[in-house]
Amino acid sequence: MTAPLSPTVGNPWLCHTVRIAAITPEISGVATYDFEFTDPDAANRYQFRPGQFNMLYLPGVGEAAISLSAHPAARRRWSHTIRVAGNVTQALAQLGTGGVLGLRGPFGSSWPIDDCRGRDVILVAGGIGLAPLRPVVYRLLAERSHFGQLTLLHGARSPGGLLYTREHATWNAGGVAVQTTVDRTAADWNGNVGTAVVLLDRLPLPRPENTVLLTCGPDVMMHFTARAALQRGLPASQLWISAERNMQCAVGLCGHCQLGPEFVCQDGPVFRYDRIAPFFRVEGL
Amino acid sequence: MPDLLLQKGDLQLLFDRLSGDGFRLVGPTVSQEAIVYDEIASVGDLPRGWTDVQAPGSYRLEPRSDEAFFGYVVGPHSWKKYLFPPLATLLTADRTDSGWAMHAPPEPTEKYAFIGVRACELAAIKVQDRVFLEGAYVDPIYKARRDRCFIVAVNCTQAAATCFCTSMNTGPRCQAGFDLALTELSAAFIVEAGSDSGRQVCGQLPLREATPAERAAAEAARAQAVAGISKRLETEGIRDLLLTNLEHPRWADVAARCLSCANCTMVCPTCFCSSVGEVTDLKGDHVERQRQWDSCFNVDFSRMNGGVVRNDVRSRYRQWLTHKLASWIDQFGQSGCVGCGRCITWCPVAIDLTEEVAALREPGP
Ligand SMILES: Cc1cc2nc3c(=O)[nH]c(=O)nc-3n(C[C@H](O)[C@H](O)[C@H](O)COP(=O)(O)OP(=O)(O)OC[C@H]3O[C@@H](n4cnc5c(N)ncnc54)[C@H](O)[C@@H]3O)c2cc1C
Ligand code: SF4
Repeated sequence: MTAPLSPTVGNPWLCHTVRIAAITPEISGVATYDFEFTDPDAANRYQFRPGQFNMLYLPGVGEAAISLSAHPAARRRWSHTIRVAGNVTQALAQLGTGGVLGLRGPFGSSWPIDDCRGRDVILVAGGIGLAPLRPVVYRLLAERSHFGQLTLLHGARSPGGLLYTREHATWNAGGVAVQTTVDRTAADWNGNVGTAVVLLDRLPLPRPENTVLLTCGPDVMMHFTARAALQRGLPASQLWISAERNMQCAVGLCGHCQLGPEFVCQDGPVFRYDRIAPFFRVEGL
Repeated sequence: MPDLLLQKGDLQLLFDRLSGDGFRLVGPTVSQEAIVYDEIASVGDLPRGWTDVQAPGSYRLEPRSDEAFFGYVVGPHSWKKYLFPPLATLLTADRTDSGWAMHAPPEPTEKYAFIGVRACELAAIKVQDRVFLEGAYVDPIYKARRDRCFIVAVNCTQAAATCFCTSMNTGPRCQAGFDLALTELSAAFIVEAGSDSGRQVCGQLPLREATPAERAAAEAARAQAVAGISKRLETEGIRDLLLTNLEHPRWADVAARCLSCANCTMVCPTCFCSSVGEVTDLKGDHVERQRQWDSCFNVDFSRMNGGVVRNDVRSRYRQWLTHKLASWIDQFGQSGCVGCGRCITWCPVAIDLTEEVAALREPGP
């Protein structure tokens, strides 16, 4: 876990304005938006770490927490992959290129990429949970020689829910072995059927004590992923999850995102499993 | 500075002094059969000659046999309604040709003098200072109000049946965090200054040094409050007790009684949760982002797209109690409870958190 980049000075409620520079449709109901700051100064200062998120604000509609899914070295222009879920994400989907919205961030903790050096790395992503892991994939690819065996296990409800499939071939070629699976098969699908946890169960682990696993997806999926990884001999201190909770402020002041003693917005969203497990495992906490 | 004496007839002079310095006075006053905090104009607005009788789930005003100004304990309000307003604008957005212009709201111009702040309430303000001012992010709304307030504390000379400040080490004596602290005697107040601004105000009032007898009388009056406290919360090991008993059967037991009405969190002087909403003009060109008090007892509080996390009363009551008494310690290095007893008094079904904690100390069947 890493501390926020720097405690925001000034008013944490103030937004920058950003403009939609490009929209790339991904899968049904999901698109990737490239944003640019309207203020060049803000653009020069903005930096994020993989795993962090922004609050996107549509005046009159509301805010939504959205992970950064861009290349971490991106400057001036970066992207978010967003699923239409409710009010804010729907209104956002209505904006075209050139549309302007508010942004606060980046917030929260980040994936421990530096701890992965010299180790095997497994990424387990359920559905849109791949969005916050994509910057990790980019970092791993950019510094491929520093890591051991690299695997991405990506599950979705149906073949149409698999994300960034157009990039999978590049990732494979670059040294991140991508395996996909779906809960429900379809006519044109001859790949794996079952959850990503099934893929993990089958994955050869030459040195579990020297393997790091990062996972993001629905709580149940992360729960079973962690259980399977522990059974396979990965230490709890090398498992990391990215949690999701209702967030209103993103700066530890509104109380909504508490998970036991943790504020998911500040202490998370990325948690080392041994720290969060006593609370993550309790239903309704 | 030695303890000073202010004749009761001169209390208005203190009010005048503070008003003269530009403070709006907020203090206790009787409204709707309770002693609440509201703007007051003069000592005539104080609940003189009234007291409160409290018990789990019950609050009643009764006339006193004397003319005490501050002869009551605490009511349903707390000072957080002035420092952390129930409704506040965080940001305004105006549509422009090229998108949106967003601005912070103007800083408040009014400043308040709080009259009659009790020791547990000073502690509660300190707890909220920690939340809103001393973390990685500072809340500008709270800060603007907190920086400008003047605090006239009052030492308790009696306690309610619901008070347990002695268990939380927050009272009943006002130790710090005030500009002035008063102890009420029958004909006068003993005045202590706790800050430079407090000392300055003292310099402008007709005070004289208190005699040893008067100081002893004040000590005796304050001792009555200590003697009057009967409720106790055992805090030994409380953090681990709560956080390692998340599946204790008592949670289901209390959930069967709790109405999940959120009263306890609304009257709690330290609860800080809020939600943000949008208020738009008819054309949608001017938008205000408004923050409103919220509570972990509301179902929507933990709503996510996939569903509600705390979907039953059991999980919501557990959030309240474990946050207040346990995880608060992890988050802020101190308990979130100051022992004021409001959550006990204002619970419509008389749930008493000290009893719930005691029950959690019993091993489950
Ligand atoms: C740290 C974090 C990272 C996220 N990253 C992404 C991402 O990269 N891509 C993506 O598509 N989605 C992401 N989400 C989920 C996204 O925030 C929600 O889908 C979104 O808030 C739904 O808002 P809405 O107004 O469209 O839906 P509504 O259902 O209308 O939401 C109403 C309100 O409920 C709350 N709410 C509802 N669902 C969620 C939720 N899942 N999480 C938090 N608050 C919620 C919010 O306060 C929201 O304003 C992330 C969530 C978190 C907490
Ligand atoms: S007890 Fe509930 S309402 Fe109060 S601060 Fe904690 S989470 Fe918020």
